[in-house]
Amino acid sequence: MQEKERLDRQTIALRVAKEFQDGDVVNLGIGLPGLASNFVPAGREVLFHVETGVLGFGEMTAPGEGDWELVNASGQTVREQPGMSCFDHAEAFVMIRGGHVDISVMGAFQVSEKGDLANYMVPERQVGVIGGAMDLAVGAKRLIVAMNHTTKDGKPRIVKDCSYPLTAINCVDLIVTDIAVIEVTDKGLVIKEMAPGWTPEEVQSLTEPTLIIAPDCQEMVLM
Amino acid sequence: MPIDKIVSSFDEAVADIEDGVTIMIGGFGVVVGAPSLLIEAVARKGVKDLTMVSNVTGFGKEVWKNLGFKFAEDQDILVRNGQIKKAIATAPVSAIYENTFERLLRAGKVELEMTSQGTLAERIRAAKAGLGGVYVPVGIGTVLEEGKETKIIDGKKYILELPLRADFALIKAHKGDRWGNLVYRRASRTFNAVMAGAAKVTIAEVDEIVELGELDPEVIVTPGIYVDRVVARPKEVEEEEVEISAEVLESYKKFKEKGA
Repeated sequence: MQEKERLDRQTIALRVAKEFQDGDVVNLGIGLPGLASNFVPAGREVLFHVETGVLGFGEMTAPGEGDWELVNASGQTVREQPGMSCFDHAEAFVMIRGGHVDISVMGAFQVSEKGDLANYMVPERQVGVIGGAMDLAVGAKRLIVAMNHTTKDGKPRIVKDCSYPLTAINCVDLIVTDIAVIEVTDKGLVIKEMAPGWTPEEVQSLTEPTLIIAPDCQEMVLM
Repeated sequence: MPIDKIVSSFDEAVADIEDGVTIMIGGFGVVVGAPSLLIEAVARKGVKDLTMVSNVTGFGKEVWKNLGFKFAEDQDILVRNGQIKKAIATAPVSAIYENTFERLLRAGKVELEMTSQGTLAERIRAAKAGLGGVYVPVGIGTVLEEGKETKIIDGKKYILELPLRADFALIKAHKGDRWGNLVYRRASRTFNAVMAGAAKVTIAEVDEIVELGELDPEVIVTPGIYVDRVVARPKEVEEEEVEISAEVLESYKKFKEKGA
């Protein structure tokens, strides 16, 4: 198959940010998800939460400009803004596990048909980073996974059953990849959007479980 | 006699830490929130067979010095010195390169108990609060469920997680007074404020010691009841140039190429 153009990291983050509704409390995971803080749709007020114990911080600062005592989960400095509050780790996770966080966005190695998530360890490495991922996967009201659709050697990351160690079971709600937007439902995986130039069939060919095509399935609207 | 928890040196602050004890080390991952000078003092003391309870196992002074931190020593120095027997952590390795702990883990020289950050925080809090454990909803269907008691409460499955007690808690705060009252800065409360009071002895490293009464009672985060010793960082330190080692650079490069 001819290699088609896929979305870059910034564009995936932009598409993820379109999910943020007015007033949502959003926790952004390490890496790509963190970029979404710079793409909140105009006119919407969103509160960002981080495990390090801050609610309501602003966007990332330019490198070298920030306060090292004000960092996101990736350890990048973020801006202070009016209304921001600080708390300890126990409180940060009371917010997460107590169901007070509306949206968690995370990266993943694999997501299963049932919405199982594997994102803390590559099996060959034999050790990984759990961090707050298990807590967020279970505790957030809605879990969005942002990742590349396939591995570097072209294998599907959306699989029938995860072969990587699980972070949590039955937890993912929406998968945003570099070629599609897929919703996890009780009936199975529903493809709702494709990256420009892609057809549902092409996405299916790179996805292990069978996708249900949404009646209103369409090309991603990015702006 | 007036209560005075202030000690004058870092070596004095850790003088009674012995071989084989369990120490908690506060902070998240960035060295700025960690009790860097207390860690250095424990390294100087040379005690061994320590069990370390901490979010991370450290990334190494050279990494932080290169980012411009004045106080750059983290948990890595204890790992590198062979002082750690076991770590209880949520992020024991780096996402971007191979730290000392990962190397020693592969060589079978250290033990690791993994947990999640929320569970780590609650287990520490349970010890501090005198609880016998907590039922948590996190870890179901994962390695964290293995070998643990579970219970269905209101139709939902929970795992029993036991309290984590320690002999010493080393924490970092912004300001402290002679009663041990503490305040923190921004995102630096993390595990510091949670660990305060969860060990037999809590030692706080602070940027500044203030007079009793200077901290507004409404904003004190850690009341002095949880703190046994307070020691201040020096205002002036000698700047030293640290070159990042070829070994770290190589490891960093390898992971960058491989990608996450």
